[in-house]
Amino acid sequence: MAELDDLLARDPFALSSADKAPLFAAALGQLTRHHRDHCADYARILDVLGFDADRSHAIEDFPFLPARLFKLRRLQSVADDQVHKVLTSSGTSGQAPSRIVLDAATASLQTKVLTRIVGDFIGRSRLPMLVVDAPGTVKNRNSFSARAAGILGFSMFGRNPTYALTDDMELDWDSLDRFLAAHGDGPVLMFGFTFMVWQCFVEPLRRMGRRLNLDQAVLIHGGGWKKLADQAVDDAGFKAGLAQVGGIGRVHNYYGMVEQTGSIFMQCAAGRLHCPVFSDIVIRDAHLAPVPDGQRGLVQLVSLLPKSYPGHVLLSEDEGTIIGADDCPCGRPGKTFTIHGRAAMAEIRGCSDTYGGK
Amino acid sequence: MPFEKLPLWKESPAMSESLQKYDNAFLETFSVDAAALAGDLAYNSIPEWDSIGHMNLMGALEDAFDIALETDDIVEFSSYSKGKEIVAKYGVVL
Repeated sequence: MAELDDLLARDPFALSSADKAPLFAAALGQLTRHHRDHCADYARILDVLGFDADRSHAIEDFPFLPARLFKLRRLQSVADDQVHKVLTSSGTSGQAPSRIVLDAATASLQTKVLTRIVGDFIGRSRLPMLVVDAPGTVKNRNSFSARAAGILGFSMFGRNPTYALTDDMELDWDSLDRFLAAHGDGPVLMFGFTFMVWQCFVEPLRRMGRRLNLDQAVLIHGGGWKKLADQAVDDAGFKAGLAQVGGIGRVHNYYGMVEQTGSIFMQCAAGRLHCPVFSDIVIRDAHLAPVPDGQRGLVQLVSLLPKSYPGHVLLSEDEGTIIGADDCPCGRPGKTFTIHGRAAMAEIRGCSDTYGGK
Repeated sequence: MPFEKLPLWKESPAMSESLQKYDNAFLETFSVDAAALAGDLAYNSIPEWDSIGHMNLMGALEDAFDIALETDDIVEFSSYSKGKEIVAKYGVVL
C-alpha cells in the first residue's frame, strides 16, 4: 500500500490541498480494497452500492457508512486472533455503544498520528499537566469510558498529571494550590472535556470570583458542544470564560470521533479546525450530496488510519461548514472547517455529554 | 596471563547502579519479578503494562533518572530493551 504508507509517514500539515487530493484519493482506494478483501460485510455493502474499488475515484465518491452502523454491528477486517482490543464509545443509558475492533498495528498508528498532530500545535516537550477531571475517571481499567481513553491518550503530552477535580466533581483546592504553587508561573498543559471544563471549572471559579494564575497554560478540550449549546455557550464564550478565570489564552478545541480515534482535527489560534494529511472531511446536504465550501451540512469524516475495521469513511450526525483551503491565517495548509453541533433529530452522543450532573 | 584472569572467566561485574534503577522502575510499577524482564517484557504483554501502566512507568523512569522524555520517545518505548536505547539518548548509561 505505497500511497497509504507514504501519506501516513508525512508531517501532518506538509501538503497543500491540491497536492494532497490525488495522493489521498489513491490511498483511500488502497484502504477501501483492503477492507473489501478482508471484511465480507463491507464487500457486500460495496457490491450492493455497485462501487468498483479497483477504479480510481474522487474522495467524495467513496461510499460512506453511517457512524451508527458500528453500534448495530461489529465490523472487522482482521482475524479474531489478531484483535488487540475493542473500543466502546460512550454508552449512555439507553444507547448502544459503538464497538471498534483494533489490532496492534492500528492501535499503534492511532497513537503515533495523534502525537504528530497534537505536537504540531503544542510542541514536543511535555509540560506539567492539569487534567480537568476526577482521578477516579481513569481508575477502573476494566471498564474504560471514552472519557478515560481521552485523558490517557492526551496524558502522553504532559508530565505528572494533576487532577483538578475530586471524585465528587468539585474543585480540588489541595491539588490545585499545589499545582499552581509548583508550576503556575510557567507553561502548563491543561486537558479536559468541553462540558466538564465549563461546568466543573469555569463556572464554579466564576461563582467564587476566583482568578487562578494560568496565564501560560495551553488548554486542549474536546468531546462535543451539545450540552453547552443548550446553555448558549459557544466557542467565543467558552474562551472568554477561560480568560476570565485563569488568563488562559491558548485554547484548542479538537474534533473527532471514537470511530476514528487518532486522526483528530485540531483548532488553531484562528479558531478553525484543520484537516491533517491523514484525514479529510466532506460536507453533505439533506440529500447527502456534497455541498460547496461555505455551505452548512452533515459532516462526513475520512481517515486513513482504520485498517482493522472498515471505518475509514463515515457519515457523522454533526453539522459543519468548510471555511476554505490553504487560506488559514495560522499558515497551516489544507482544508479548514467549523462544527455547529448535532444535526436536529440526531441521537445525543458526545463523550463529555455522558456526565449527567451530580 | 593466568588462566583464571582471562576476561571470559572474570566474574560478571556487579549490576550498574543505573541498570538497577532502570529495572526497579519496571519491577515496582508492574509488580513483576526480575525473571519477567529477562524475556524482554513488552508493552501490552502483561495486564499491568497497559496504557495506564505505561504512563506510570514513564513517570517512574523520569523520576529515577531526573530526565524529561519527549512524547515521541514515550510512543516508541515498546519494550524493556527498546527502552534502554531510549533512555540512552538522555545520557543515561546503563
